[in-house]
Amino acid sequence: MPETPVQRIQVSPAAAASSAARQAAAPTLIETRDLSLYYGTSQALKNISLDIPEKLVTAFIGPSGCGKSTLLRCFNRMNDLIDNVRVQGAVRIGGEDICSPEVDLIELRKRVGMVFQRSNPFPKSIHENVAYALRLHGLDKRGGLDEVVERSLRQAALWDEVKDRLHTSALGLSGGQQQRLCIARAIAIRPDILLMDEPASALDPLATARIEELILDLKTEFTIVIVTHNMQQAARISDLTAFFYLGELIEHDATARIFTHPARKQTEDYVSGRFG
Amino acid sequence: MQTHFEQELAGLKQKLLTMASHAETAVRQALDALLARDEELAFRVRDNDSIIDRFEVEVDEQGILLLAKAPLASNLRLIAVAMRVSHNLERVGDEASKIAKRARDLAAEPPLKAGIDLSRLAEMALSLLQAALDAFVNSDPAAARALIPRDKEIDQLNKDISAALTALMMSDPQTITRALHLMVVAKSLERIADHGKNIAEEVVFLCEAQDIRHTARPTP
Repeated sequence: MPETPVQRIQVSPAAAASSAARQAAAPTLIETRDLSLYYGTSQALKNISLDIPEKLVTAFIGPSGCGKSTLLRCFNRMNDLIDNVRVQGAVRIGGEDICSPEVDLIELRKRVGMVFQRSNPFPKSIHENVAYALRLHGLDKRGGLDEVVERSLRQAALWDEVKDRLHTSALGLSGGQQQRLCIARAIAIRPDILLMDEPASALDPLATARIEELILDLKTEFTIVIVTHNMQQAARISDLTAFFYLGELIEHDATARIFTHPARKQTEDYVSGRFG
Repeated sequence: MQTHFEQELAGLKQKLLTMASHAETAVRQALDALLARDEELAFRVRDNDSIIDRFEVEVDEQGILLLAKAPLASNLRLIAVAMRVSHNLERVGDEASKIAKRARDLAAEPPLKAGIDLSRLAEMALSLLQAALDAFVNSDPAAARALIPRDKEIDQLNKDISAALTALMMSDPQTITRALHLMVVAKSLERIADHGKNIAEEVVFLCEAQDIRHTARPTP
């Protein structure tokens, strides 16, 4: 009998490399130990101990008010900007205690970039939005400023759409483009970590899909922690998922496990939409 | 350019095709073992069945993970179809093992001139399975639909072989053990063709979103 195309297919060993193996091999970049946070007398985080591996996507999920955004903001000390906040326990990045008063916050936030729910470009040109922080860090045209701007816009999958209007206002871009510009701006200074607080929740499905693709591309270079209310988004883009409820970390595991056979009933009820 | 999700879907399809390749090889080797009275080859078919079993589990695991990512429309059908096709291929592997087992038993007995056309049945069954898999590879629902009536011809040939073997056993009781082995082989080939037909029906569902299973008019 003639051989069919099906018979000629061989197993590719490279294709067999599983996501689980990558997760097991990834070293921890961010770790929290017995982390508690209070807004005045109200406790928003309760003894959170969590390891976040590098160059993977970790999703924080949980109902509103569960503490996921608060925890995210601990990683670049954004909570310092809020009155009456008190933190106990440890947050270490690359082994360094970032809660220490000696920590240089500018250096910390250079290392830990952030993208917010609503895009917030500066009221400046597209080019200037990306170039601004680079200039603050001492890069000029002779040092390759334009090249870094271009590379950042390319990495944010925005270059082809804006290359002919780099010097027009960023406020003229669509919502999805503005959010990708904010990502370009965040990655321009080469942070180790990218924090994303519901980065696609204000976008339409197509723009959301582009952001998700971008996150999957960026994880080869950056450690990404994302807060999302969209369960399928967490399933699509993250390697690990942490589920929070009322300030407690309920379950933290490989995303594949959280969405197919979570250890806790509460997690299953949440990811399947039964509460929250 | 493919999205990450499309790449994952392509990976699932690739895994299924690799599994299909193993299943086809198993059937072919089982038949070779039968015809050549090659016990060693028959043992190899049995041992390799666990590879096909593992593929079924992997396709299911991968399929469930992809379902959690909320695919829509044709992607959703592809995942559901992939899981069902893998189940059919696993059964094809089981049938190959059954044939290999009977090949081993027959090799221990004197050859039997049964006067039945087992090779033709094997040719038809494998050809149907291969054509169904090609229709899957090529996303060709017309080719898949055209295959479905061929299953009836294979059913009829299996019935003819069973009748011939029954007659042989009645005429010469010395042949009973060997003829029963051959009957099991013929039934396995007929089942392989059924799995090929099932896969063809899945291709129609995949491409046209129309479920044509169990739609044949019942025999009056």
